[in-house]
Amino acid sequence: MLTTAGAIASIAVMAVVTFLTRALPFLLFDRGTAPPKLILYLGRVLPPAIIAMLIIYCLKDLSFAQAGDWLPQLISVGAVVALHLWRHNNLLSIFGGTILYMILVQAVFV
Amino acid sequence: MNRKALSAAFPVTVPVLMGYLAIGMAFGFMLQAIGYNFIWAFFMSLTIYAGSGQYLGVTLLSTAAGLGTVALMTLLINFRHLVYGLSMLEKFRGMGWRKFYMIFSLTDETYALLASAQAPVGVDPKSFYFAIALLDQSYWILGSVIGAVAGALIPVDTTGIDFAMTALFVVIAVDQWKAYRKHLPALLGGAVTIVFLLILGQVFGQQQMLIVSLGVIVLLLLVLREKLEEKEGETTC
Repeated sequence: MLTTAGAIASIAVMAVVTFLTRALPFLLFDRGTAPPKLILYLGRVLPPAIIAMLIIYCLKDLSFAQAGDWLPQLISVGAVVALHLWRHNNLLSIFGGTILYMILVQAVFV
Repeated sequence: MNRKALSAAFPVTVPVLMGYLAIGMAFGFMLQAIGYNFIWAFFMSLTIYAGSGQYLGVTLLSTAAGLGTVALMTLLINFRHLVYGLSMLEKFRGMGWRKFYMIFSLTDETYALLASAQAPVGVDPKSFYFAIALLDQSYWILGSVIGAVAGALIPVDTTGIDFAMTALFVVIAVDQWKAYRKHLPALLGGAVTIVFLLILGQVFGQQQMLIVSLGVIVLLLLVLREKLEEKEGETTC
């Protein structure tokens, strides 16, 4: 666990970086000049690539040594996708998938 | 802040009230599970104020990640905000000191409300937007504090609750998949990360490889620009 000062520093970094990403368009393009085409292009194609990257990052500790180390993740990700395509409800998809995952790791694949 | 703007904004924000209470509570609950109580939840929601960013924050705090990693991961998860800002340039113009708060509080949900909501006749639009932003953050703070307190009071086994972050990203990915005509960027992002982070990361260290993955993704997207631009151009501005 981090020290209190370390945790405060981490939170401060998160706060500053989050604010900067939100402020950047206003700092750069609020003078009436149109944003460069390249920026607009990256602003459009990068988000899906980054989200895919973060999903893989979340699953990075997955191992195929035994079923309990990868099946719960796989089943739960599948459940989230299926729930979301079916009901289009963010909360239902997130909590449904998470509760399923918790049951799988706590009770099924022990 | 006037009461007229607040009472006009409240009905518009009710869907966010439901969502933020629930997602905020899950955040507070997870935060408490890794040993940070409601005071931490309150200050994180007050100063960071980002749904997926704070979920990621729980993981970053629990793994005691270095500040460089914290900065990079936060940058990555918030990258899509760049697009939000671009479409709010007009709307926030002339808001004076409140503009600072409007930019700070531009979350996915607030963006969605601001993009569509119209101020009722007789209500100043600027005050109306400000009231929406302020109400949304107050729900978020409330939810996260309730979640952390509940996490401390209710003794449940929270093993696996961190999957909420994965689930959140999967939900965003599914929405993006449906909104975009071209799926190459998403597939590319996933494939590059598998190669660099999962395979080469075993050898060279995962934190370093995360930055390399991002670099390779940007590079490939730049190389493929002509191909992707002509297809995507029809659907977006």
